Amino acid sequence: MIAAAIVAALLGGWELYADAGAVDDFILPAPSQIASSLWDDRGLLWSNLLVTAQEVGLGILVALVLGFLLAVALHFSGALRRGVYPLLVASQAVPIVIIAPLLVVWFGFGIVPKLAIIALVCFFPVVVTTLDALRSVDPDQLKLMRTLDASRWQAFRWAEAPAALPAALSGAKIAVAVAVIGAVFAEYAGSSEGLGHLMLQAIPQLETARAYAAVVLLAAFAVLLFSALALAERRLVPWAHRRPEGPDR
Amino acid sequence: MAAGGSQAISERGAGRPAEVTRVGGEVHLAGVTRTFGAVRALDGVDLDVAPNELVAVVGPSGCGKTTLLELVCGLQSPDAGTVRGDRAVLMPQRDGLLPWLSAIDNAALAPRLAGASRDAARAQAHPLFVAFGLEGFERARPHELSGGMRQRVAFLRTLLSGKPVLCLDEPFGALDALTRREMQDWLAQALVREPRTVLLVTHDVEEAARVAHRVLVMSPRPGRIVAEIPVPPTRTDTEVLAVRERALEALRA
Repeated sequence: MIAAAIVAALLGGWELYADAGAVDDFILPAPSQIASSLWDDRGLLWSNLLVTAQEVGLGILVALVLGFLLAVALHFSGALRRGVYPLLVASQAVPIVIIAPLLVVWFGFGIVPKLAIIALVCFFPVVVTTLDALRSVDPDQLKLMRTLDASRWQAFRWAEAPAALPAALSGAKIAVAVAVIGAVFAEYAGSSEGLGHLMLQAIPQLETARAYAAVVLLAAFAVLLFSALALAERRLVPWAHRRPEGPDR
Repeated sequence: MAAGGSQAISERGAGRPAEVTRVGGEVHLAGVTRTFGAVRALDGVDLDVAPNELVAVVGPSGCGKTTLLELVCGLQSPDAGTVRGDRAVLMPQRDGLLPWLSAIDNAALAPRLAGASRDAARAQAHPLFVAFGLEGFERARPHELSGGMRQRVAFLRTLLSGKPVLCLDEPFGALDALTRREMQDWLAQALVREPRTVLLVTHDVEEAARVAHRVLVMSPRPGRIVAEIPVPPTRTDTEVLAVRERALEALRA
């Protein structure tokens, strides 16, 4: 209730400020203008949303798979960890704005450079959270696995991997939030479709309301993905959501 | 100085999973020394445990009790001396139950690791759930169980490893006094039904006197065994009290 009231107050204030004519429409459109753009341009927005959604979805998938595999590899090999971990951190210092156009030149206007950029910004939180969780598994549990004659692989399968799963999903939730920005950057760098491309065109055409409408859709999509992951988390790691009041089944 | 000559009597590798009711198991430590950097945790420990004996080791915090158990379980090797004995399994200080498995799957972990199917492993664990007061809690997750029940599940997991020697590290340390008493009686009954050789580490002298056949007292670091107190099998209140007093005296010395 309070949350809804806060949103309503913010939107109302924005509407009043924009309607008062203090700022030009093409700099700050009113929420009502954005809403009508959402409706009027729905065909255009929808087809471009599908493009961006596909990029983001696949990009996150690539990032999750790569991130998880990399975290496991780093966990199993100390040498690899010491050698590769600094490189991972360094990869995050690469300015996407600079690298994105180069990737477009390299891979063309298709989906590949988008996936590369999204994966580049997304895999890092997945690797870090997963690796940290793998390394902080209760040492007692690992000792126990050893006295039960578990192999290294079995210890991973039964104790380490499940323990790391909640953290991997947290990493994925962080990744979702930045994936959308990554997609927009990638489309800015060179594309013929997608919401980022649409915004890039809308602003010089003074269709600012349409650009804002694209932002609204991107934000809504990010929230949707985040909620989907939160739901997956509840399904996949129910033990991480223990209820303090005790037995519930 | 034949370091690491462990598991001489062991039948390691022979026919896992072993049947649940299995008798015997012995442990022999001779002149065992273990050092971590500059810290000498154990200093010339001699220890012999007979099949189906329950030996309690008491001592102040940090005297190397846990190290002793890990040596017996083969998790560590001695720097000097020998560790020989049958295959041993550890029940860690905290229960170490896996939160993502149900109670029965936790208890049946060893058979599953040995290659049994989920159903076969559960079938193996189920009679023990019935016998040890856990019936009806098979599907519960560890966090849904009380402290005493968690320890029971952890103990069943230890039993189902099929190993003849159990190393229990402060198994009831985290329980309240009442539950602790209850669990001590429960352990004694469980061992009547499922005889095993048990090495029990505790800082609770009374617990040692109440459950063990023999109480060993360890000195502060570097740990060595400074007293050995047999507990009369009749175990009357006065006898338990006398063992307790002797152990406390040895600890103060």
